[in-house]
Amino acid sequence: MHTILQQLVNGLSLGSIYALLALGYTMVYGIIKLINFAHGDIYMLGAFWGYYVINVWHLSFWPALITAMVFCAFVGMLTEYLAYRPLRHSPRIAALITAIGVSFLLENGMSYLFGSNVRNFPQAMAVKQYHLGGVSISNIQILILAVSIVLMILLQLIVQRTKMGKAMRAVSVDPDAAQLIGINIDRTISFTFALGSSLAGAAGVMIGLYYNSIDPLMGMTPGIKAFVAAVLGGIGLIPGAAIGGFVIGLLETITQALGFSAYKDAVVYAVLIIILLVKPAGILGKNIKEKV
Amino acid sequence: MKKNLKYNLIWLAIMIAGYIIINVLEFAGIMGQFAETTLVLIGINIILATGLNLIIGFSGQFSLGHAGFMAIGAYVCALITTAIPNALGMLLGLIAGAVFSGVVALVVGIPTLRLNGDYLAIATMGVAEIIRIILNNLKITNGPAGLYNIPMLATWPVVYLLVCITTIIIVNFIHSRDGRAVMSVREDEIAAESMGVNITKWKVIAFVVGAATAAIGGALHANYIQTIAPTDFGIMESINILIIVVLGGIGSITGTFVAAVVLGLLDMILQNFGTLRMVLYSLALILIMVFKPSGLLGTWELSIRRLFTRKSKTKGDA
Amino acid sequence: MSLLDVKDLTKNFGGLTAVSGVTMHLEDNELVALIGPNGAGKTTLFNLLTGVIPPSEGTVSLQTDQGLQVLNKKKPYQVAQAGLARTFQNIRLFKDLSVLDNVLIAMTAKHKESFVSSILRLPSYYKKEVEMREEAIELLKIFDMQDKLDNLARNLPYGEQRRLEIVRALATKPKILFLDEPAAGMNPEETADLTRLIRQIQNEFHITVLLIEHDMSLVMNVAERIYVLEYGQLIAEGTPAEIQKNERVIKAYLGGES
Repeated sequence: MHTILQQLVNGLSLGSIYALLALGYTMVYGIIKLINFAHGDIYMLGAFWGYYVINVWHLSFWPALITAMVFCAFVGMLTEYLAYRPLRHSPRIAALITAIGVSFLLENGMSYLFGSNVRNFPQAMAVKQYHLGGVSISNIQILILAVSIVLMILLQLIVQRTKMGKAMRAVSVDPDAAQLIGINIDRTISFTFALGSSLAGAAGVMIGLYYNSIDPLMGMTPGIKAFVAAVLGGIGLIPGAAIGGFVIGLLETITQALGFSAYKDAVVYAVLIIILLVKPAGILGKNIKEKV
Repeated sequence: MKKNLKYNLIWLAIMIAGYIIINVLEFAGIMGQFAETTLVLIGINIILATGLNLIIGFSGQFSLGHAGFMAIGAYVCALITTAIPNALGMLLGLIAGAVFSGVVALVVGIPTLRLNGDYLAIATMGVAEIIRIILNNLKITNGPAGLYNIPMLATWPVVYLLVCITTIIIVNFIHSRDGRAVMSVREDEIAAESMGVNITKWKVIAFVVGAATAAIGGALHANYIQTIAPTDFGIMESINILIIVVLGGIGSITGTFVAAVVLGLLDMILQNFGTLRMVLYSLALILIMVFKPSGLLGTWELSIRRLFTRKSKTKGDA
Repeated sequence: MSLLDVKDLTKNFGGLTAVSGVTMHLEDNELVALIGPNGAGKTTLFNLLTGVIPPSEGTVSLQTDQGLQVLNKKKPYQVAQAGLARTFQNIRLFKDLSVLDNVLIAMTAKHKESFVSSILRLPSYYKKEVEMREEAIELLKIFDMQDKLDNLARNLPYGEQRRLEIVRALATKPKILFLDEPAAGMNPEETADLTRLIRQIQNEFHITVLLIEHDMSLVMNVAERIYVLEYGQLIAEGTPAEIQKNERVIKAYLGGES
């Protein structure tokens, strides 16, 4: 029973990182139907930003987190402006390849500029372990969970309550109609990238603190996992991304706890395939039939 | 009928001429070992990418799992040729790898090809990852260390011959009744079904043929590089093959050839740039896509028949 | 025994009944029209008959050479192979393929070509290709499109796209042809032309035609029999003259108090 609870705690903190990343994927996909392959690398940039501001400027965790979010929002908007905007009316697969190119560029650019070695993330916060009835939980795990949940609630408020959020929803349903009623599409898409990327930046700083090590290729695998999470939950749907992230985090830790860590990823993909076969549009997705 | 024979003979002549020219260049010392390696890798990439182009460009199904089928071909052929290290072993390995891979594609394809677009992409990516993880944990595949000392049987002529054979099979498949049915699925599934085309069947056939081609590419890779490990067949490998297809032009086999050659040469030239190599490569990729979103050749296809009819037309006009 | 027998065909979408208890029949080589106000369920009925969507209840059975075939549990391609072909209200051509390919694809099911002979380009492959090509050109000639073989379908003018859809449906060698608003968007001259063509193909190919159309002049002109659909239910059946006098039909079209 204790081990199950323990795995639940570990799974939830890992899952919330996936969920934060998945939200970025799902928002961008919802609005321009692009699998933003470079999203995982934005998360890597967030981690590096945190690393530098804590080490060089000696900032503490909170300013590092917030500046990383701002920095990543800016990078996200920049990549959209330079690489994706020119391709907005091109075949979707061309935009996908461009996104892959951006991902390669960020990974290799960082390796070229800063070296590809793994480095230790500074301990911006002393680790404390709490024991609750045999289940141990660290202050960092609590922090990750709390920050993620707060960010998700904030995001939901922005999307549901603000004018920009309404514009985002309108563009994702029908860009042409949105333009006709006076919504600035370019600005809305920029804003979407900024939102998604800032969440990735936050996730990057937090994972640095949690795992203690960062490197230029660290975004690849979590990026793909987060995309899987977004698809699992129903891509384009914000609550779906959150659910998908938690499901994958839990699945991974549970398989590991059962002693099948070698098959961890295989289990995740197998579950994904089975869910898609039963619900082709993901857990929360509605299957829309084409009208004849 | 005679004309058709003529066109086919011209194609045959081009293939033989290509082989002779490259051999002469090599014999005359203009082409070294390094250039030959580049050529072999380009050849293998052509085989891999034409198979994927059949799936993505012609049947319109977005697969991100090509590396998984490549891995099956590589491991099956490596195991067989290690046991029978001669030409017969190679032939057996190629056939067994293609068949094994085709069977896996059949089993996987029947349920998953119902999925649309990006959902299919992610499902096929998952299948490839599962294949890789299984290879990583099996005893016969030697786990994460992989297989080594695989006999060097995929020599340059073997690769060249197989590039020709797989291309002929795929191109002839596309330009037949079967290929038209496959393309109708890409164009409009509902209309195709209403015209009596069994869309599931043709999707699966294209997927299986593509997977078998990937296995041949994988087998050649194993027997040329001589060591393989599960990490060689990750998501990045699937993406590299996808890049060739999209860069050349989705739905153009000629484009696939051009893109494989361009990327192969680019890679060769960039060897001297050290760590900057991948940065330049990714920049080139982004720039090509931004300025030529439909790929280098779009859907244009080289056709001897068309060249001739155009010539005779201009003659007629004159 | 009718060629096509439809019994109590019903389709519910959630709580909405789009088609309810439709019973109808089509005889050999007749030209029947299906009319009704917008939203009456005509296209849904077409989709049910051609297997694009499965019915909630009811049966569709076709008289074939092999005896009676029940179609309502079959997939669209099986329905098409059994001899029911259709066109679409919102044209669904294979846009990026040539006119010729569009027609050849519809012949896929009826012309077997062996995998081996097409891969090896055996003489039998070329023979079959020439045979199919000639057959396709014959069909295109009827619609005066034999000079556009290599044009991409997307580049055809609107009227020709509609006609190509009919050619493509005919290429499946159907027993029954379903035309969904073939004259939509055509000018009176084109409509007159189309009217003549529909009659011509009915006679020449000896097929049954079921037609959805809003253009009443076309309907009254060609139809031998008319079914009227309103709110998913058949409210009348008869010859054009009978339908024109039918009270319920007039009310359905003109509204008015009951």
